[in-house]
Amino acid sequence: MAETPLLAVKHLKKHFPIKGGVFSKTIGYVYAVDDINFTLEKGETLGLVGESGCGKSTTGRTILRLIEPTDGAICFEGQDITTLDKSAMRALRREMQIIFQDPYASLNPRMTVGSIIGEPLEIHKIAKGSEKEERVASLLQKVGLRAEDMRKYPHEFSGGQRQRIGIARALALNPKLIVCDEPVSALDVSIQAQVINLLEDLQAEFGLSYLFIAHNLNVVEHISNRVAVMYLGQIVELASDEELYKNPQHPYTEALLSAVPIPDPTVKKKRIILEGDVPSPINPPKGCHFHTRCMYKDKICEEVEPEFKDIGGGHWVACHFRPAR
Amino acid sequence: MEQSLLDIRGLRTQFFTDDGLARAVDGVSYSLARGETVGVVGESGCGKSVTALSILRLIPDPPGKIVDGEILFEGTNLLTLSPAEMRRIRGNDISMIFQEPMTSLNPVFTIGNQIAEAVRLHQGLSKREAMHKAIEMLTLVGIPVPERRVHEYPHQLSGGMRQRAMIAMALSCNPKVLIADEPTTALDVTIEAQILDLMRNLQHELGTAIIMITHDLGVIAEIARKVVVMYAGKIVEQAPVEQLFAEPNHPYTQGLLQSLPRVDKDAMGAKSRLQEIPGIVPSLLNLPQGCKFASRCPKVMPICEEEEPSLDQVAPQHYSACWLNH
Repeated sequence: MAETPLLAVKHLKKHFPIKGGVFSKTIGYVYAVDDINFTLEKGETLGLVGESGCGKSTTGRTILRLIEPTDGAICFEGQDITTLDKSAMRALRREMQIIFQDPYASLNPRMTVGSIIGEPLEIHKIAKGSEKEERVASLLQKVGLRAEDMRKYPHEFSGGQRQRIGIARALALNPKLIVCDEPVSALDVSIQAQVINLLEDLQAEFGLSYLFIAHNLNVVEHISNRVAVMYLGQIVELASDEELYKNPQHPYTEALLSAVPIPDPTVKKKRIILEGDVPSPINPPKGCHFHTRCMYKDKICEEVEPEFKDIGGGHWVACHFRPAR
Repeated sequence: MEQSLLDIRGLRTQFFTDDGLARAVDGVSYSLARGETVGVVGESGCGKSVTALSILRLIPDPPGKIVDGEILFEGTNLLTLSPAEMRRIRGNDISMIFQEPMTSLNPVFTIGNQIAEAVRLHQGLSKREAMHKAIEMLTLVGIPVPERRVHEYPHQLSGGMRQRAMIAMALSCNPKVLIADEPTTALDVTIEAQILDLMRNLQHELGTAIIMITHDLGVIAEIARKVVVMYAGKIVEQAPVEQLFAEPNHPYTQGLLQSLPRVDKDAMGAKSRLQEIPGIVPSLLNLPQGCKFASRCPKVMPICEEEEPSLDQVAPQHYSACWLNH
């Protein structure tokens, strides 16, 4: 595409140092995010899936520079934000917001809903006083709550309603990009659908772009236009949701898809049961990170790291044996 | 009809809290046959876990109390047993595995020690025999190098391994009933698949009856034979698994099934808006009169808000509590 994507992540790395010994010397690194590349277009939803510890949340936070990246570039509307200073970064945060997983921990219990949602408006000097109240009221209505709710405290709401408050806060500054970090994982099934529908409606209304991080493949698949699969700090496959489901190329994606429990007892599918656990990101395996659990692995996988390449039609995969086996 | 192994009849468990009386389980009855798997599904606070804890009489008292009902295990009412008799049942005839394997294993004892404790207590094995049994159990649940793992502490194992160790411990006395309370919720999908596969194989091998408590209808479809759907402390529907998914009767079950995004259907181009169930689960402290689901039900009628529907048969082995069937 000739147009600049809203967000382009290039060779992004985040290595957390591990300190140890008497002098707190760095004795190793956690390779949480290790050289990932992707783009996000305007109005698009990119799903990011993977198991715990694969680095998907670190990716989301690094993009907003809530965690400083170790290396790589994050281009927002063509501008590399990794080099911006504090005040420029703060101004840019108006454009990029985040919704967290736990609606219990991410709202300050001592603030009223009105001040939680209104605070960003004041900080960025957009509105104050009665104008601010009007904005807050209309935001609350947008997310399906009542204007009177602004005088209440977070504990007076259920989990789903709290998540709506979190969404209203993220929307307050009219952002272009929202990073959704497991926004429905803590919610009950009947409430999940409400929040997913709300996110879809808001996207249609405001032309938002979402980076949607979740471990639930059913949810990610539903909401995303394209899906990236992460394993041990790397993206192993990226494709449109339909393509990924119908034609998974990476053995990990294949196994992950086959492991999803389908709520239908008549569907009997061939299940690929992966052996063992995800290796530690402190000392990821040499070569292809997945080779310790891969059913197709060969010599080369233990030695050489596969290249992340486009195998046609925007379907990217990192495997030595793809496309041709 | 064969006598069921475990028969819960009219169970009522209540919590006497400072804010008032919470009717966590309000007249629940279901039974479990030998070697059968019953899935209990519902959202948080629907009483599915409290029912399970009531079976083992593990409800903290106060504030909780089983106020009514019977729990018949091979014909004996567990609710009338003395604490000592109950201890002989727990972990021996009926055992339980929990959602969070890290908090339900004791961090200061080795895995081997914890499994050995159960078999020594219940089966009177010597220390050496018990350790031997522990290694045997760890092998059974597929933990690699069990001779070494048996001497390790819970923190040295990964989440999936800990859940395997928990299952090993629960099955070490060859129980007749295994209660699994959200055993895979805290695990990743690929590990979840491993654990479900393991449970199925073990059931096949050992003939243990399983009560599978979960909020995940996918897990239910995968493992259960009979399904009990709970809402706000009551059973709203009960049916064989194929029947429940093919012809859900209760509006709540229908709503739940429609609200799920499905990777297999969505990807086939039929992506549509999710059907949502409006509103939220009513508070247990302040339950509405009549049907508990009435305020969220798309098919609500005047009678639903006044009188509570009974759980009636709508098809062979299929029960539902809804006024639409009357």
